[in-house]
Formats: sequence, C-alpha cells, structure tokens
Amino acid sequence: MSEYSIVGRRLPKVNAWAHLTGAARYADDIDLPRMLHGRLLRSTRPHARIERLDVTRALAHPGVVAIVTGADMPEKMGIMPSTQDETALAVGKVRYVGEPVAAVAALDEDAAYEALALIDVEYEDLEPIFTIEAALEREDVKIHDEARRANVFKEVHLSFGDLDAGFAAADHVRDEWFFFEGTTHAPIESHAAVASYGADGKLTLWSSTQVPHYLHRELEKVLGLPRSRIRVIATPNGGAFGGKSDPFGHEFSAALLSMRTRRPVKITLDREEVFYAHRGRHPVKMRVKTGVKRDGEITAVELNSYLDGGAYASYGIATTYYTGALLTVTYRIPAYKFDGVRVYTNKPPCGPKRGHGTTQPRYAFECQLDKIAADLGLDPIAYRQRILQPPNSRTVNDLRITTMGLGECLGAVRTATGWDRKRGELPRGKGIGVAGSAYISGAGLPIYWNDMPHSGAEIRIDRGGGVTVMCGTSEIGQGSDNVLAAIAAETLGVYPEDVHVVSGDTSLAPVDLGSYSSRVTMMAGNATKSAATALREKLFAVASEKLGVPAERLAAAYRRIYDLGAPERYVGFVEAANLAEARYGTLVGAGSYKPPAGIGGSYKGAGVGPTPAYSYQAAVAEVSVDLETGQLTVERITTAHDCGRALNPVNVEGQVEGSAYMGYGEAVLEEQVFRGGLHKKPSLLDYKLPTSLDTPALQAVLVETVDSEGPYGAKEAGEGPLNPVIPAIANAVYDAIGVRFDETPITAEKILDALGKRDNRAAPKDRIGPDGLGDGRRDPGRALRRLGASTEARERKRAGTT
Amino acid sequence: MTKEMLTIRVNGETRTVAVEPHHTLLEVLREELGLTGTKHGCELGECGACTVLVDGVPVLSCLTLPAQLGQAEVTTVEGLATGTELHPLQTAFAEEGAAQCGYCTPGMLLSAKALLDETLVPTHDEMAQAISGNLCRCTGYTAIYEAIGRAAARMRKTSEERRTR
Ligand code: FES
Ligand code: FES
Repeated sequence: MSEYSIVGRRLPKVNAWAHLTGAARYADDIDLPRMLHGRLLRSTRPHARIERLDVTRALAHPGVVAIVTGADMPEKMGIMPSTQDETALAVGKVRYVGEPVAAVAALDEDAAYEALALIDVEYEDLEPIFTIEAALEREDVKIHDEARRANVFKEVHLSFGDLDAGFAAADHVRDEWFFFEGTTHAPIESHAAVASYGADGKLTLWSSTQVPHYLHRELEKVLGLPRSRIRVIATPNGGAFGGKSDPFGHEFSAALLSMRTRRPVKITLDREEVFYAHRGRHPVKMRVKTGVKRDGEITAVELNSYLDGGAYASYGIATTYYTGALLTVTYRIPAYKFDGVRVYTNKPPCGPKRGHGTTQPRYAFECQLDKIAADLGLDPIAYRQRILQPPNSRTVNDLRITTMGLGECLGAVRTATGWDRKRGELPRGKGIGVAGSAYISGAGLPIYWNDMPHSGAEIRIDRGGGVTVMCGTSEIGQGSDNVLAAIAAETLGVYPEDVHVVSGDTSLAPVDLGSYSSRVTMMAGNATKSAATALREKLFAVASEKLGVPAERLAAAYRRIYDLGAPERYVGFVEAANLAEARYGTLVGAGSYKPPAGIGGSYKGAGVGPTPAYSYQAAVAEVSVDLETGQLTVERITTAHDCGRALNPVNVEGQVEGSAYMGYGEAVLEEQVFRGGLHKKPSLLDYKLPTSLDTPALQAVLVETVDSEGPYGAKEAGEGPLNPVIPAIANAVYDAIGVRFDETPITAEKILDALGKRDNRAAPKDRIGPDGLGDGRRDPGRALRRLGASTEARERKRAGTT
Repeated sequence: MTKEMLTIRVNGETRTVAVEPHHTLLEVLREELGLTGTKHGCELGECGACTVLVDGVPVLSCLTLPAQLGQAEVTTVEGLATGTELHPLQTAFAEEGAAQCGYCTPGMLLSAKALLDETLVPTHDEMAQAISGNLCRCTGYTAIYEAIGRAAARMRKTSEERRTR
C-alpha cells in the first residue's frame, strides 16, 4: 500500500462535476441585473496616428449608454513593471491591426455592434514595420516614439565559461540558423470580463484571467482607484496556455464603463479579437553554434536569438532571457554564450505561450544535436544519455539543479516505442525521432521584486469537518484547484470531497502570483501544505492527549487521526477538529511559500532561469511522409515526463498528452502569419487547431524522481512536455526522408519543395530553413553589423571607455 | 427590434420565451433560458463548443435559428443526467480526466452521446469521427476516447443486466 491516502491516486478532479453538468460559471456565463454589454472598436491600421476620434454619432444611438476612449485611461500599463508601454485603449497612435481604440457600453450586444460603426476615426498612416530585419534596419521609423534604440525592445548579452577555448577544443562544430514561426494559444473560451462598480465605491471584476493579482495592481494604476476598493475574481478559464496572463484593454474598459454608468458591464471578445489579443509564441530566428569532441561531448555552445515581439512589451523581457536561460540544464555545457534581441513590429503583441521562450531554442538545439549524432554516427538516445547534466549540480550559467530525470525519460521512451527495433530499420517515408527538454517549476523570482511570498494559502476547518482552502491561484483547466484540494486532504487526512477550494479571488484568498510559469503545484502546493501542516499540529495535539499517545506517533488519513502503532485507536476528524477549536479558537491555518535562496547566479540577467526544481522530459515521434503529396502524418507521440511525483496521475498524464497535442499543432499545422499587417487567419477555420482526426496517438509515461523541493516531491507538468515534441517530429521527418526542417511549421508544401516536386524544375533539397537573419532579398549581415556596432558603442560607454 | 414569442422544447420541458427573431438557438439557450452550460468559441460554426442535440442529432446551436425547430426536442448538457443520476458519459469523463478546462466538454458530451445512442461498441475511428467537429485545446482527445470507451462499456453492462433480469 502507498504511504499516502490521496497523493498518487487516480481520483476525479474536485471541480470536474461542475464542468460535466454545465454548472461551472465562466466569465461570459455571468449575468447581473441591469448589466450592459460592451464592445471594443479596433484599429484597422497597422501603424497610424489617430488624427480624429469622434464618438458623437455613436453616443446618439438610443441603445448606447457610455463610451470610453484612450484619453480616458492614458496611464501606461503592462505586466512587467519596467516595460509598461501599453495603454488600455490606444492613445494618439495605433500599432497593430486589432488594437483596441474605444469601448462602447450598450443595452444589448446588437446596439453595441451598431454603435461601433458610428464612431468616426481618422488615421494618418505611418510606415509600418513587419519583420525582424526591418525593425533592426529602419532606425528612421519608430513604433514607440520614446524607445531609445528605434525598434529594439531588449538586448541581452551573457557569456559563461571560456567560449574560445571551448570551440578551439572541439573536433566538430555545427553552426546554423533556425526559424520558429509564431503561433497562438487559441483557448476555446475567448477572453471575457464583467465589471460591477457599486454605490459603495467598490469595483468587482470577474475575468477569465491567469493573473488576478497582477490585474488587481494594474486596475489600481490605470483607474486611479485604490486597490483596497477593487476585488478581482478569476473565473474558471476555458483554457489559457499563457494567453490570459496579461492585463487586457477589455478588462479596464469594462471596469471604467461600469464606473461611469454604475451598472455592471460585460465585454466578451469574439474569436477574431482573440487572435488580436494574442500574446502568443514569438517568431524567433536563431543561430546555434555547437562544438563537440569526437565522442560527442559538448565543448561550447553559442546562441543568438532574434525575437519578433509585435507591438508591445507583454512579458518580452522575460521571453528574451528565456530563449537563452534554460538551454544549459539538460546536457553538460562547459562554455556558453547567449545574445538575444527582441524587436517591436506592427503586429499583435507576442508573449508567453506554454513553454515561454524556451520552446524555440529547444527546438533548434535538439535538431542540431540530432545532426551531431548523425555526423558522429551515434544513436540519438544513447548520445543524449551520455552527455546529461548531472543531478544536484550547477550549470555553467549558475542554475541549481536538484533531481534530474532526463536519462530515465529517454530510457522510458526508448522502451515504450520499441526504438531499437525501429531506428534505422524503417522504409523510406517512415521515420522515428527523439528529443529531450526541461522546464521550470515556477519562476524563481517574482515579477515585482519584493520579499513577500510568491504564494499564500489559508485553510479553515469548520465544525462539521469541512476544509476550505483559499488561495489566489487561477484555475485554467490545468487542475490547480484539485492540486490544492489533494494536498490539503492528504496533509489533514480527509477526502478531497471534504475540501472546498476558493481560488483566484483577491478579497477572499491570499496572494498567489498567478497561473503562469508552471508555478502552481510547486508554490501554491507548498503554501497549502504548510497551512495544512500548521492546522494538523493543533489536531494532533488534542488527539495525542485524547489517545494518550505522543504526537509523533500519530498520522492522519481517511477522516481519522490514528496511532501509527495501533491504527485501530483513533480520533475521528470532526471530533479532533471540535476539540481543537475548543482549545485554540477558530481553526484557521496560514502558509506561504517563497523559493529558496541560492538557486541562481548573481549576474545581471540571472533572475530568469532559476526555479526550485526543473522538470525533464523526452519525446519520440513516429511519422510517415507521402512521397508524392508531401503529406506528413504524425502517427504517434510518446512522451516521458519527470514530474517529481504525480499528485494525481490522471491529471499529469492529461497535461502531458495535451502538451504533445499542442506541440504537434505547432510543428505541423499552426502559424500566426500576416499579410501587410493583416492577420491572414483570424478564425478557427483558417488557423488550424488539430482536430480529433489530425491528432496522433498520444502516450504519456510518468517518471517520478521525488524532488525534496516540491510538495510531496512534485514538480511541474503543464508546460515542459510540449518542448521535446516539436524537435522530435522534425528529427523523425529527417529519418523518414533525409530532409532537415530547420524551420516550423513542417507543411506538405515545404516537404514537396524539399523533395523537388513542387514544380518540376527544382532540385531536391536536404534542408529547409533560413541561412541568416534576412529573407535573402536584403543583406542579412547589415542589420547585424549595425546592431553589433551600436551594442559595442553602448558597452564601451557603460564601461566608461568612450 | 421587436421580440417574438417562441415555444421551444428543451430538456423535456416546454418553454415559451420572447426572443429577437434573428437570435440563434445558442443565444436563446444562454440568454433567455439561462442554460449557460452550452458554450461558444466562435459563433461561426467552427469549434463545436455550442453543440446540442436536436431530436438526438448533434447540431451547432450557433448556426441554428430556433424558429426552425418546431416541435423538435433540444437536449443540452443540463439535460444529460436523468433526474439525479448522471449519464455514464459524465461519470466516465470525470474518471478519465476528459474535461480539463471543461469548455469544450458540454458539446463533446453531446456529440459522444449521439454516438453511443447509435452504438455501444464504438471503434476508435467512429469515436474520432463523432467528435471531429468538437475542438478541444486541452486534452489531445486521448482521455476523451478513453472516457467514451469506458461509458460505452458501462452502458453495455447495464443493458446486459437489464436483459438478464
Ligand atoms: S460556437 Fe463555435 S461552432 Fe458554434
Ligand atoms: S477541456 Fe479545455 S477545451 Fe477541451
């Protein structure tokens, strides 16, 4: 029998029943008396000055109650305090097609729609910037007038170990460019918010958000309303994947419209608007250079990443760092240099999508490792297993590693897929490929640097034995409510159905920083465990007296507190709770969590990358390619994931499978692309989410390393498992047809091109991918040289040598 | 706009409500009848989140005008349970973790019910076909197949028991 009564069991999620009966209340399901319906007017221009914005005709519409524009909320806002460059509604200028410009509140949705057409806007077009290359080259066009360096949003330069010596010692060097196309989250639920401002001067905002705490902060800033009078309630999110972790224009607009009208206001985005809200995966061009010894041991790695950030910051600083930070935690790298640049372009802002900034370089690096293995005649799994970063170690960029299950994961996928039977034995057109990866269990540093906890939980026990857990986490479908319930139930010795979870409510629950960076299990889990442990001590104190047994000999499970030496001797949970309340007063326990010190370095930029514990994963993809049509079929994806401990295996497997599905979509089908600043596919018909008929067979294998940092040993499961899937597919395609895909997505058209069959004149290719920063029409070196020169000048200035 | 009276049969009840004639079944269910269990992800017929059953056949409520329905019986997720007894699909979805965020779930359940009303021995291909119009962004569909299979097995057992009694 397991040492745990709840942890590790395949139990239904505590919130499953509401989802399965239609009872769950998502933001758009909220209907309040006198509620108004809001709509946003959005920019039709990629880059333009707003010459005139006149709402007179719209206000005259009989159904319209109020209208707000950018001038009503000029305060800058954004998720990262140091780069707040956005306003709730555009002020003076628009920077992408789809940027919100004005918001209408009307008696019903139809009237709100009609009113949008009555708002008069005149734009003066400015020259738009659409590509990374143009952003770097065109210093005469500025998307943000206040930007110091034209359209360069952020530059990062980090170097560790002796790079020159590393490359000098290499027997073999690979140096190549990759491109990862932008993709979007496309949760099935579109963003929605309901605001209600009352005569008491208090504002309540229900929103489909992953970050109620940060939204709380930004509402105060933009609305000028003290935070003490604002309550944010994160409703269950109908999927999020990073796409609901910024503060958005519609949230502020609903709030201000409610303040102006003293009536509740609801704004629900339609599907097209969700594509404009975006904050999805950055398109990234990367140059990766890796040196290895004859046996494959890595001697040095150099990475350049160029991120197309879109029009605003979002999490862009963190994203830029993340393209470099986590490359080092999987395999031994003694010398490492990373240079990253994120630029502004006139497109919807990019931000964090599942795997945040690590997905793109991981794809590039795992593809390159596959090439190195082929160059050296090594089996790609055995090769990776030989160069693993050891557990309980520090990486070259000073990240602390605790448990490290990548080796087991690689072994698990090798066995589960029959790799040894298949690799090298499949006919042309069929292939099998592998990749490894890692992810953080929550960012080691908070977005606002302060000494307060990253997560807090409060637990109350009522007189009937009911346990209420309050925590600021946002339930986005990842199962966070269930994680909290399971941990509280396990620690206190009750059943999950005895636990009521109150999450995502800034008034009722202590702050948790939010459901991003895969932090909830680790951080909110630890906070909940410590709150429950504080209460358990009280229960054990009274039970110990009642049973005449020292507290150390007690355990709690199945609604009993029992003597470990003689389990038939016990005090029932309700009785213990009543005795404890009589002795100590109201039974409330509080717990909080902050990552330990010393998990990262102290250099500038060391804040991104550290985490209490890294998750690890490996994936094998099996594909077949139709050599006539170029059609790529991914038949099966097998992913092994080191989750530390599976608190609930059903949910962890679900995260692993869902990640594999999403990775498959990014590798083969999905692309967020534009024509002249216009989104080419802002609908679910054109932007291809994998359907049941597309999706490969998915298999999840769980590897448990039981990490001492995690609650009951658990690490993250929500994001890491996406990362190995994309390079595994690219590597499998190479195995099938001998063509390297150094760019995503791998479409039938590109495969036909590589096979020389798209038109009859073209010769077959052995690689599809970029050769540099430019698109071939421009000199790709020029922008780089110019950037290099200005960077050098700036560094010299900083060093005082000018 | 002037509202018109509409009589509609939903989940075994006959309801009469005033509706805008151009409003879809989705809007009438959610806004006039308070049946917010039916979801929407596009209102353009692309995602399947709004799937309901009309006389047992899955239809997209965002593309259906209620005036077309006549006497037809509409089933939404709220009508899936029989009294206090959940439909085996609901239980199986919970056990297999087939609802993550739960947003595609109401539509998914109804598409699956239509399949199991046809056959209690669905093949994998039949399951994939049955839910091919229902996008799920969370699960990768794997757990959904397992749940439909589990519900089918349970329903076979029940009908077996009924026959032998
Ligand atoms: S709401 Fe998407 S198909 Fe009806
Ligand atoms: S469970 Fe989230 S969309 Fe299917």
